[in-house]
Amino acid sequence: MNPLSVEDKLSVNKYDVDKDVHIRLLEDICRDCEEHFCLKACPASCFKLSGDRISFSFEGCLECGTCRIVCDKEAVEWILPRPGFGICYQYG
Amino acid sequence: MTQKFDAIVVGAGPAGCACAYTLAQAGLETLLIERGKFAGAKNMWGGALYGPSLARMFPRFWEEAPVERCILRHRLSLLSEKSAFSTEFTTEKFGQEPYNGFSVLRAKFDRWFASRVEKAGGVVAAPLQAEDLLWEGGRVSGVKAGGDELPADVVIACDGVNSILAEKAGLRKKLSPKDIKQGVKEVIQLPREVIEQRFNLSGEEGVAWESIGTFTRGIPGGAFIYTNKESLSVGVVVQLSDLVEKQIEANSLLEEFKTHPEVNRYLEGGKLAEYSAHLIPVSGQSMMPKLFAPGFLVAGDAAAMTLVTGLVLEGANFAVASGQAAAETVIAAKKKNDFSEKSLALYAEILKNGFVLKDLRTFKKAPGFLKNPRIYRQYPEFLCEAAEKIYTNDGLPRKKMWTILKDSMENKISYLRLIQDLIRIKRSI
Repeated sequence: MNPLSVEDKLSVNKYDVDKDVHIRLLEDICRDCEEHFCLKACPASCFKLSGDRISFSFEGCLECGTCRIVCDKEAVEWILPRPGFGICYQYG
Repeated sequence: MTQKFDAIVVGAGPAGCACAYTLAQAGLETLLIERGKFAGAKNMWGGALYGPSLARMFPRFWEEAPVERCILRHRLSLLSEKSAFSTEFTTEKFGQEPYNGFSVLRAKFDRWFASRVEKAGGVVAAPLQAEDLLWEGGRVSGVKAGGDELPADVVIACDGVNSILAEKAGLRKKLSPKDIKQGVKEVIQLPREVIEQRFNLSGEEGVAWESIGTFTRGIPGGAFIYTNKESLSVGVVVQLSDLVEKQIEANSLLEEFKTHPEVNRYLEGGKLAEYSAHLIPVSGQSMMPKLFAPGFLVAGDAAAMTLVTGLVLEGANFAVASGQAAAETVIAAKKKNDFSEKSLALYAEILKNGFVLKDLRTFKKAPGFLKNPRIYRQYPEFLCEAAEKIYTNDGLPRKKMWTILKDSMENKISYLRLIQDLIRIKRSI
């Protein structure tokens, strides 16, 4: 099997994508953050760094809670997606 | 006025379903709330269910629950970069009733379990989310869900490792990466015959295959492969604090594992069907929150009830057992109509008398021991190197096995470290 990127892997999952974002970043804190633990820790690679700006794409989120735990600056505001939306595992 | 329930259970995983089922069976007005589109939609695990807790409720559950394969073989591999040192245990007994364990896919299994709650008379509400707790005079008196206030005598939080409700009740602080392992998993589809041929299985037999080795780059953790009927569950479970510290993605470790020559041959030709991730509370007793408050109980992963012994990482059996214990506590409290903290303290008593808290106490030093990086790098390398030298026939004069072992250990593990590790093994696992 050829190695697959996280994006390739997420593309086979079933999601019901909501129009509302369920994770918000406190951008002022993120801009001053040097570590950006969220970038590598997120198993769905939802966090991207461009320049000094971190962005979060919620569509592929697996709702595991990693970002909330690894951010030691409390910059991740984690609300669960609206019921029925988000990842919908078919195997689990 | 909204109907008042005797009990509201939040989260339809193994803990929540076991709890709600036991309550409904006893005739209590029970509401089970699940935020996924259906029970199981948000849930994943490695893939095997062991232990007798489920059989207490459903003595022949394997005849009605959607189990995949009966785990007859346990394989353990120590992997170096190109080599594998493997052991396998099997016994006829594991293939006979009541069976020792099954591979299970949660999206199917949890849905079945929730359907049993409904059959027993419980109400299952999905998708519905418990956003907050209701309070009345210092005790929990229900939940806020979907904009409504739902009153109940007692709320049981089975909302998983990230338990928002246990935090809101003030029983638990934010989790620390030190106490958490991250699991990522792929479900890889392969035809049934191919799986049976590759893993030497027939009929409903299955394998649980755990590996540790250099692929985690010294990070405490390992990999697993479980055989399902027509797919494999393949994943890695690694210490979150180390991933963060070393800036490594769990997915790249999973790819490294999958491309190991000994592993790759089992996966070849497979088609990815799903990629999932989840957190596991692994520090056992030391991270366990307070288990109850007035009108409130916590069970399963929300209460960090996961047993880690080295060869065993067990969550579901503990979740089911703690869900049942919470239900038994509520049933007794309902008889007295007393949901005070004192009355709900029975929960801790039931858990102490059963295996849940006993096992967690027995293995309380295991999580610390298992953080030893030598287990994941030096020991697998040592065993693979020694085995290779012992089996290699290159026409040169042979050395005694003892000498080979001694030579292979050099530069990897000092005698002092070896002795220290052996003592720790005795003390912890």
